[in-house]
Amino acid sequence: MLRYTAQRLLLVIPTLIAVAVLVFFLVRVLPGDPVEVKLIGEFGDVNPELIYKERKRLGLEDPLHIQFVNFMVGLPQGDMGISLVTERPLTQEIGARITISIELAFFATLLSVIIAFPLGTAAALYRGTWFDYVIRIITIGGLAVPSFWFGMLIIMALLATVGKLPSLDTAGLFEDPMANLYTLFWPALSVGYRYSSVIARMLRSSILEVLAEDYIRTARAKGLYERIVIVKHGMRNALLPTVTVVGLEFAFLIGGLVVTEQVFNINGIGKMFVEAVQFNDMTMLQGLVLIVATSFVLINLLVDLLYAALDPRIRYQA
Amino acid sequence: MTVSAPTENESDADIKTSAQQLKAEQPSRRTVSDFIKQQPLGTIGFLIIVILFLSAIFAPDVAPYDPEEVDFMASPALGGGAPGSEHLLGGDAFGRDILSRLIFGARTALSIGFFSAFIGCSIGAIIGIVSAFAGGKVDILVQRGIDLLLSFPIIILAILVIAIVPKNVVFGIDINVIIAISIPFIPKCARVIRSAALSIVTLAYVDAAKAAGYKGSRIVFRHILPNVVAPYLILITAYIGQAILLEASLSFLGLGVVEPTPSWGLMLAGVNSDYYITAPWMIVFPGLAVTLAVFAFNLLGDSLRDWLDPKLKL
Repeated sequence: MLRYTAQRLLLVIPTLIAVAVLVFFLVRVLPGDPVEVKLIGEFGDVNPELIYKERKRLGLEDPLHIQFVNFMVGLPQGDMGISLVTERPLTQEIGARITISIELAFFATLLSVIIAFPLGTAAALYRGTWFDYVIRIITIGGLAVPSFWFGMLIIMALLATVGKLPSLDTAGLFEDPMANLYTLFWPALSVGYRYSSVIARMLRSSILEVLAEDYIRTARAKGLYERIVIVKHGMRNALLPTVTVVGLEFAFLIGGLVVTEQVFNINGIGKMFVEAVQFNDMTMLQGLVLIVATSFVLINLLVDLLYAALDPRIRYQA
Repeated sequence: MTVSAPTENESDADIKTSAQQLKAEQPSRRTVSDFIKQQPLGTIGFLIIVILFLSAIFAPDVAPYDPEEVDFMASPALGGGAPGSEHLLGGDAFGRDILSRLIFGARTALSIGFFSAFIGCSIGAIIGIVSAFAGGKVDILVQRGIDLLLSFPIIILAILVIAIVPKNVVFGIDINVIIAISIPFIPKCARVIRSAALSIVTLAYVDAAKAAGYKGSRIVFRHILPNVVAPYLILITAYIGQAILLEASLSFLGLGVVEPTPSWGLMLAGVNSDYYITAPWMIVFPGLAVTLAVFAFNLLGDSLRDWLDPKLKL
């Protein structure tokens, strides 16, 4: 296991470097000049000299390779540069808004797993009954419903019943956990519906696949209780592909965050991302994409390790 | 892979087919009536898609109003616009007929959905096949590139491309949105098609073609390509749904299609918070349209997979 972990960890480093390089150059092709937008006069007039000075001050006039070296050297030290719009360090800007997004992502994942497990298991065990069909329609629906629209429907329902929306800036997680969880519950549900559908579908098909295996027949033939056969012999093996899906679908979760934060007006990094595109804030975009891609790579690493921990065959193969 | 036709190198185990297996393999006749009988849900999906396509093509004849016709008397801002005999699904903030905008919106959704899935999957398929056929260093290099692109979530990559590619509308279709949506599909399709192609590259007839001295391009196009058509079709169907969803999300964020082009996602973007209570129809119907379209493509994609290639992992 140690050797496998080391191998996977070593693979992550070149991937992360490649991601950083790609992001750097992608962002440099962005059309439009954020400095020009900032300095544009009341009547649409631009002063080229002023713009040049400002660009020089922000380091945008440096040759590309110097900018690149500065960027790559700064990264390991936790320095991602400054935002071109607010001129504050990116780590500060993003740090102020990332907590709520992480909380939301974590909560949505938890909620999805809680919803998906009973649904997926029940659908597999009652395969072909009306119960299975209902769950199937719910989960196929989850793949089709746009998460922002689902969020809007939730808001509509809340306004129609409670008359107001849970305020989002009342409580931090550690000050008042219950109030905090309540405010995040609805956005998490709106992002998590799709997520839970995908997990439930995967779980259903992998349980069905596992239950057809010889060792399940053996376990039953030994006279084990059906509950033990399913939980100990079935579920445990069906978990493997499901864990992979939880990791892979995390990317969709991030996509869901980008739109859900708009709908619920949550000041997280998803909203920040859209703002950065709208304001042409090149460095901000660079920092955000880098953070998202890095966390995605790390989540996948975690999934791989978990996979190896669950399935001895994988770690012995490596 | 069950796509390829039986070949001469089938092992004895394959020939000793039990009665049960024979029964399971019967659908290989693959006629339309078989599909309808075996995949009722897929047939429903297909019918919904046909209706959507027809209404998109004949939009000017089907839609009761001009989608851009402003009628402030039918605007919820002035207390009007509720669904009724005049406007079946109500009016939006400018009093434009929602049903007509939905029908014309189908044009946007389907054209962007189809073209981006087609472009993304086709480029991905070619990369996947070439990578599998070339093998060795080329394959490793392509795989690393794909890994790299896969480390960006779809919507993040799409938004980045939107920011980079200048806005460009040809025949009323937003080319930049199509490019932005198709690029994230490329690595995903390349990976699936590569694994499908890998199992074909090792078959005897490919060796035979190589031994006969055919050029690589001929082997790729004549011998490998036809055998990955099934997963390719399944991928396109599944990704049209994804593309429609993505277009709606981008337009909702104000980064996709822009006014006055009718787009389902865009219709949801302009919803003022007051309308959540006073004009819920402005929210419910466009979202239903997106859901129905994606639902239909998912149903068809799922059924196509079950029917053509049950083992394919998407």
